[in-house]
Amino acid sequence: MVNPAIEGKRYPRTSPYLVGREKLIEFANATMATDSNGETAPPTFPIVIQERSLKQVLTDPESQLDFSRVVHGDQRFVFERAIVAGDELTSELSVASVKSLGGNHLVTFNTEIFDATNKLVCTAISTLVVRGEDA
Amino acid sequence: MPDINSLSVGDVVAETGFSITRDSLVRYAGASGDFNPIHYRDDVAASVGLPGVLAHGMLTMGISIGPVVSWAGGAENIVDYGVRFTKPVVVPPGEPAELEVKATIGQIDPEAGKVRVDLTTTFEGNTVLGKAQAWVKL
Repeated sequence: MVNPAIEGKRYPRTSPYLVGREKLIEFANATMATDSNGETAPPTFPIVIQERSLKQVLTDPESQLDFSRVVHGDQRFVFERAIVAGDELTSELSVASVKSLGGNHLVTFNTEIFDATNKLVCTAISTLVVRGEDA
Repeated sequence: MPDINSLSVGDVVAETGFSITRDSLVRYAGASGDFNPIHYRDDVAASVGLPGVLAHGMLTMGISIGPVVSWAGGAENIVDYGVRFTKPVVVPPGEPAELEVKATIGQIDPEAGKVRVDLTTTFEGNTVLGKAQAWVKL
């Protein structure tokens, strides 16, 4: 279940996340990357930032998003530049679309990730499939 | 970094196997902050009708780009990366789940100095990611 009325809704900017060298190494190791230097973030690291924005949607009573019925449909990261250690990142999520498909809902989020100078670093685009009650 | 002029569409630029165990899932949960119990608890996975504990889709996505990062000379050269999650990767408690990742040149844009790398990630003979594509700046 998800409330279709959240389509177009923008959520507030998150508080800054300081990207640490050891965190990048930990993430690189967890994704089995062989060349982690702790300086440049692996390409899927922005999921950690997206998650902070997504939490706002999950805790928003208006969204009525039932996380126990959620499956990750697709994910994309478009980079203006790579994330590096020392970055202070904030993010802002908007609900791009809510669609119905065969008893399920598809919700697409755009999360823009900014650095400390307010420059766009990366846009994370994520579609969640919310399974219907009988699916 | 590879020379863009030496590449052709269809070239296989990386082919690597990865073993995913329950340990890998716990490690990824900690690193990413995704503690959904369907990724480490059999009882929870079963209660929501899953065939078993599943690898995080984002773990499969993250693993799959690694060989491309190595080939491209660093993560800073990956400018766009997207996938669809089409099939789950079931990770049993004992044996590891074996993933095969193959990266092929799908498109070359010499003017922009970019190539599209298409990823095929296979588990038990099925591809688990759809439309898995990365644009790489060379």
